[in-house]
Amino acid sequence: MMLRIGCVMLVVNRGKGLGFFLTVMFLVLGTVIAGAQESFWPEGSYVWKVITLQTYNSRLVILSSALLGVASGMAGTFLLLRKRSLMGDALSHATYPGIGFGFLVMVLLGGDGKWLPGLLLGATSTGVLGVLMVVAIRNTTCLKNDAAMGIVLGVFFGFGAALMRMVSDLPGADAAGLDSFIYGTAASMVSSDFLLILLVTGGVCLASLLLLKEFTLVCFDEDFAASQGWPTLFLDLTMLGLVTAVTVVGLQAVGLVLIIAFLIIPATAARFWTDDLRVMLALAALMGGAGGWLGSSLSSLFMDLPTGAVIVLVSACIFVMSMLFGPARGVLPRALRHVRLRRKVGRQHLLRAIYEILEGQQPDVAEPIRNLPVDLAFLVAHRSWSLSELNLLLRRAQTEDHLEDAIEGQVRLSEAGFGEAARITRNHRLWELYLIRYADIAPSHVDRDADLVEHVLDAEVVGQLESELQGRPLSLEVPPSPHFIDQHAGS
Amino acid sequence: MKSFVDNRHQFVDDRPEHPDSIPLAIHDLTVAYHRKPVIWDVELNIPEGKLVGVVGPNGAGKSTLLKACQDLVPKTSGEVQIYGAPYRDRRGDVGYVPQRESVDWDFPVSALEVVAMGTYGKIGWFRRVGKLQKRVAREALERVGIEHLADRQISQLSGGQQQRVFLARALAQDARLYFMDEPFAAVDAATEEAIVSLLKELNGAGKTCLVVHHDLASVTRYFDWLVLLNMRVVASGPTGEVFTRENLQKTYGGKLSLLDDVADRLRHVGR
Repeated sequence: MMLRIGCVMLVVNRGKGLGFFLTVMFLVLGTVIAGAQESFWPEGSYVWKVITLQTYNSRLVILSSALLGVASGMAGTFLLLRKRSLMGDALSHATYPGIGFGFLVMVLLGGDGKWLPGLLLGATSTGVLGVLMVVAIRNTTCLKNDAAMGIVLGVFFGFGAALMRMVSDLPGADAAGLDSFIYGTAASMVSSDFLLILLVTGGVCLASLLLLKEFTLVCFDEDFAASQGWPTLFLDLTMLGLVTAVTVVGLQAVGLVLIIAFLIIPATAARFWTDDLRVMLALAALMGGAGGWLGSSLSSLFMDLPTGAVIVLVSACIFVMSMLFGPARGVLPRALRHVRLRRKVGRQHLLRAIYEILEGQQPDVAEPIRNLPVDLAFLVAHRSWSLSELNLLLRRAQTEDHLEDAIEGQVRLSEAGFGEAARITRNHRLWELYLIRYADIAPSHVDRDADLVEHVLDAEVVGQLESELQGRPLSLEVPPSPHFIDQHAGS
Repeated sequence: MKSFVDNRHQFVDDRPEHPDSIPLAIHDLTVAYHRKPVIWDVELNIPEGKLVGVVGPNGAGKSTLLKACQDLVPKTSGEVQIYGAPYRDRRGDVGYVPQRESVDWDFPVSALEVVAMGTYGKIGWFRRVGKLQKRVAREALERVGIEHLADRQISQLSGGQQQRVFLARALAQDARLYFMDEPFAAVDAATEEAIVSLLKELNGAGKTCLVVHHDLASVTRYFDWLVLLNMRVVASGPTGEVFTRENLQKTYGGKLSLLDDVADRLRHVGR
């Protein structure tokens, strides 16, 4: 069903950005469900029940993971744009000793030390300390961000590991299970954990929306922000505060090792789909949410798989899809654009070559150039084309109706093709003239550069060139080439 | 407690009488990064309505001077007055064009959105960019001649167009005093012309512009006031008087041996 909806959407919605993303997501979802109907997989109706939250056991975990995905997608967007991706990693590792401290303090106060808010409070305090230390190291020494983060990450985690060992040796204290914060155990979540995640997600959304303008400014141009009087340090710390909150509430579900993937993958994936920060923010939230939803559903269908790991793998799939298909900067759309440009360039070269040959055959400058058949031999000699290349270009020109039927061994431009050839040649000459006049390039060197640039000239630039080159004809007349065209050796 | 200085001492005050009309007055300014002085004892008074070129070799502290004027780097000593008050009270009067390379042009915003950033200071906390600010931004883009590129993502602009976006952002700040850090660096001829005519236009409207500039050949054409800087101010005044062979030699030729020596020693003490 989903697969069908996805296919229909793919046909209907060939637009960009959000719509296209949703379509692809539907396809993924459809594929997952279709695949799940194979015999050794869980039964399809059960899969559907899990994903649509109809099973009590997994409902809480799936909702929490999805919310966490939304929050980390948004917080991660600013982290990424601020070029502090690894700050999340330093932060999450710095929370580790805090868990040990929290446990220690609670045991010393007479509790059993496993009260979650207490542990998270400890995690927050050392996490914040770690971030402040990175900032302090960066601001007071010559060390750069990456080095400072590496130091803090390693030292805090090492300290945490040592501390864990020490508290587990405390008489009368049971520290078993504390190391679950490293990899996370989503299955152990209870409703109060869900409420905490809901609270943090709400806070992150609210802060991101309220401070969108301020965050954007600081991420883009810190100095300019400071020159306008914005408290850049405060805004920076607020952004890091959001990341801290997400990290700490995510510790239980995904663990401190994988939380960095939660923060960074949705944001980087979203970047492939759009050049607009607001859309990117929304997409990152959506992708994080979708990854959390799907990943935790899958992990609850296959009980042995750890939730955090599955979510990260699902997010990675979303990332790969985005990298391949994202219209803004995905690999395939870019390759497609490149192919299109090459075709355009090939077509223009062919038409211009024919026009230049016609010019060479009609030396009388007073007469307008007439459209006559051209010998293929001239064409082969005019540019350094291989025969197969030329054949390909000619076949394409034929399908574009730029060529007319001619006798064997000759080509003849159609009416439309001739007009196009004249236009292209004219643009090319104008550009050459512009370069010669304004860029101090020797005439014999112009053609190569002009070849590259003319293919992106639009009508407006052509008009500008005409007015720059006063005295040049404004009609469709083609100005003579400023350099010698060798009819037999290529120009 | 015994004070070393009190009101009975008469100080020679060489500051101008009407500081409110002086766009920029710098007194005894020294800035150091990690114990290495970058600018040293800078004394500078810039009169209103001038196009001021700030010229000097690489590492002379030109960018640092502009940043120190806007409290972007901590001052080691000295003070800067903008229209007779500290910078924090005059932010609304100052427009800033940072170096183009100082930001990431891959950032997911459009040209119009970058220009609208110039109005953020006036919008204030939490509020969105409104219709008014968008109109201001669009007008600013028009003034630099690239209003047709308003919705382009900034990585799709050429270097010259990016520079114009930065200029437009400063225009959107609607300031009286502009700090521009190398706006002419690596731009095409058309952009250079556009910037020059914009400078003349600002000048005609009585604005003051401090422009860090590299190309000595065009200095006399573009600027009517000149500051020659190499750690300290070598000369400052009307271009015709200041742009002399002797001054340029002082700025560019030879090391300022004594000053360098002192700076070196300070660095060693610091280690």
